[in-house]
Amino acid sequence: MSLTLTPNIPDPDDFYKELIDSQRHMDDAQAAMMNCKLVLLLANHIGDRAIIHEALRRAGGAV
Amino acid sequence: MFKTYSYPKFPYVQSAAQKTGEVVRHKLVIIGAGPIGLTAALDAAAQGLPCVVLDDNDTVSVGSRAVCYAKRPLEVWDRLGVGERMVAKGVGWKLGKVFFQDRLSYQFDLLPEDDNKMPAMINLQQYYLEEYMVDEIGRLPRVDLRWKHKLIAIEQQSDHAVLTVETPDGVFTMEADWVLACDGANSGVRAMVGAQFTGQFFQDRFLIADVIMKAAYPTERWFWFDPPFHPNQSVLLHRQPDDVWRIDFQLGWDADANEEKKPEKIIPRVKAMLGDDREFELEWASVYQFACRRIDDFRYGRVLFAGDAAHQVSPFGARGANTGVQDTDNLLWKLKLVIEGAAPLSLIDSYNEERAFAADDNLLNSTRATDFITPKSASSRLYRDATLQLAEQPEAEFARKLVNSGRLSMPTPYRHSSLNTPDEEVFSGAMHPGTNCADAPVKRQGREGWFLNQIGGGFTLLSFGPTPVESVAFGSVTARVLQVGRDIEDEKGVLAARYDAKPGTTYLLRPDQHVAARWRGFDEQKIVQALARAVAA
Ligand SMILES: Cc1cc2nc3c(=O)[nH]c(=O)nc-3n(C[C@H](O)[C@H](O)[C@H](O)COP(=O)(O)OP(=O)(O)OC[C@H]3O[C@@H](n4cnc5c(N)ncnc54)[C@H](O)[C@@H]3O)c2cc1C
Repeated sequence: MSLTLTPNIPDPDDFYKELIDSQRHMDDAQAAMMNCKLVLLLANHIGDRAIIHEALRRAGGAV
Repeated sequence: MFKTYSYPKFPYVQSAAQKTGEVVRHKLVIIGAGPIGLTAALDAAAQGLPCVVLDDNDTVSVGSRAVCYAKRPLEVWDRLGVGERMVAKGVGWKLGKVFFQDRLSYQFDLLPEDDNKMPAMINLQQYYLEEYMVDEIGRLPRVDLRWKHKLIAIEQQSDHAVLTVETPDGVFTMEADWVLACDGANSGVRAMVGAQFTGQFFQDRFLIADVIMKAAYPTERWFWFDPPFHPNQSVLLHRQPDDVWRIDFQLGWDADANEEKKPEKIIPRVKAMLGDDREFELEWASVYQFACRRIDDFRYGRVLFAGDAAHQVSPFGARGANTGVQDTDNLLWKLKLVIEGAAPLSLIDSYNEERAFAADDNLLNSTRATDFITPKSASSRLYRDATLQLAEQPEAEFARKLVNSGRLSMPTPYRHSSLNTPDEEVFSGAMHPGTNCADAPVKRQGREGWFLNQIGGGFTLLSFGPTPVESVAFGSVTARVLQVGRDIEDEKGVLAARYDAKPGTTYLLRPDQHVAARWRGFDEQKIVQALARAVAA
């Protein structure tokens, strides 16, 4: 398995709106905190370290 | 003056050699009578190896310093006859609580594994630990422990070292076939031999306070991240014997150490933490900063390094003394065999191989805890806080696994050691060549006892079945048979389960209670080969 980069979310516009809306009421600090929680939750869901590693790299991380 | 402890003052005695000016050659000279030098001396005596211990002071550790001792070092001290006394005096703790800001984030159980003689962890002030070892050494004629003897220079020859030592009576010279430097984090010996000591230095300071508090606080470990009484920093509360409580306050880099050490600064901090008028008295306080670093090689010619002189870790996870004891556990039997000519010099080099590996593992663990507790950037701090917030959600068990307020010190298995004989047959369970031996309740001559008390000191062949011989030798190194069902009884079956034993299973165990090799049968030739390998021959 490798990191999925082909479209995998059936309704991309709707997903994107949900993501943005979820932080609409937040200031920058709150949103940053939420983003961190989101990363942790999703990373744990994925679990596969090779995929997480690939995502870290693709996101520009120094891994 | 301490209220709960009176410091022993050990007598300085001028040696006969210094009086007469005779230069005496010793087999082993240990520099430093801290926890590690004292443990080394006990182990040398257990090996039948006479030694001299030099310490520049004449008492035990000032202030409690190390507090938590984990199971494996307690097992080592038990092999050396001092473990039971430490456990009897120490306080055991099982429940850890982690607080974030004004609330309990979660709690964890130290879930000790059943059927072990030694507990997972005890808390005991370092001065007791040292005092008990000094007491024991007093009973051992082969250990020559000399107070007020400061090593000031070392000159290395090809097969020995020349030591210049200063006492209240002046300076004199002695020689040693081997020198074991246990002279602590600021090791002078390290500098004398030109060793490198590199790693990461943390820009942070910590206030350590011991307070006497009679109030009924539970015996738990409490760790606060960013508490209201000490915003943005961490605080740790731990119980020690004699109603003494250890409190660690993270202060940050800008704190003024001398200022923070003053009682008028400390008392309000502790008051704010206790949050009420509970009575307490300040026993001892110190401000320190720490580093995570290790020596480039544990051996420089005839000089070997152990304990803080060889590696320094942050106090998170209580690793310093715990790992240092495992250094000397690893070294002393090797030294004895090499000094006796029973093993080649290369056996000593396996000390660096195995313990540098363990030191790196400890440094990694300790650095990780430090990074979690004291995040170095706004973004890492955000991740830290996000983890702590998620950890409060009862379902989010994964987040609690990420919270790192210091991991319990566990022995590092020597999985890839050149002394191991790799398995040829299939075994399951936690034991492998290179791991320390699991304990188990056993009976010997009808009496209840513990497995670890039956082994150690020399090589053992643990066999789960009859054997054709009583011992196997390689040169002058002998492994004696310990047969389950004959010499010891495994009534509960714990031993067999922990060692994944079937009838005929045989383990070759090292003098430091580590697995060297194992088989599903008893093949003398293979045992001889494994024994040779275990002594680097
Ligand atoms: C605040 C604090 C908390 C800690 N908590 C823990 C914990 O909970 N668990 C844990 O395992 N570890 C802990 N540690 C670490 C632990 O205290 C050390 O790892 C341990 O003391 C190291 O023992 P050592 O024998 O190597 O060195 P030291 O204890 O430093 O002893 C060195 C000895 O050598 C002597 N000496 C030095 N130079 C010379 C010389 N030239 N000649 C003769 N003698 C000399 C010194 O007088 C001293 O007696 C803590 C440390 C601190 C500071």
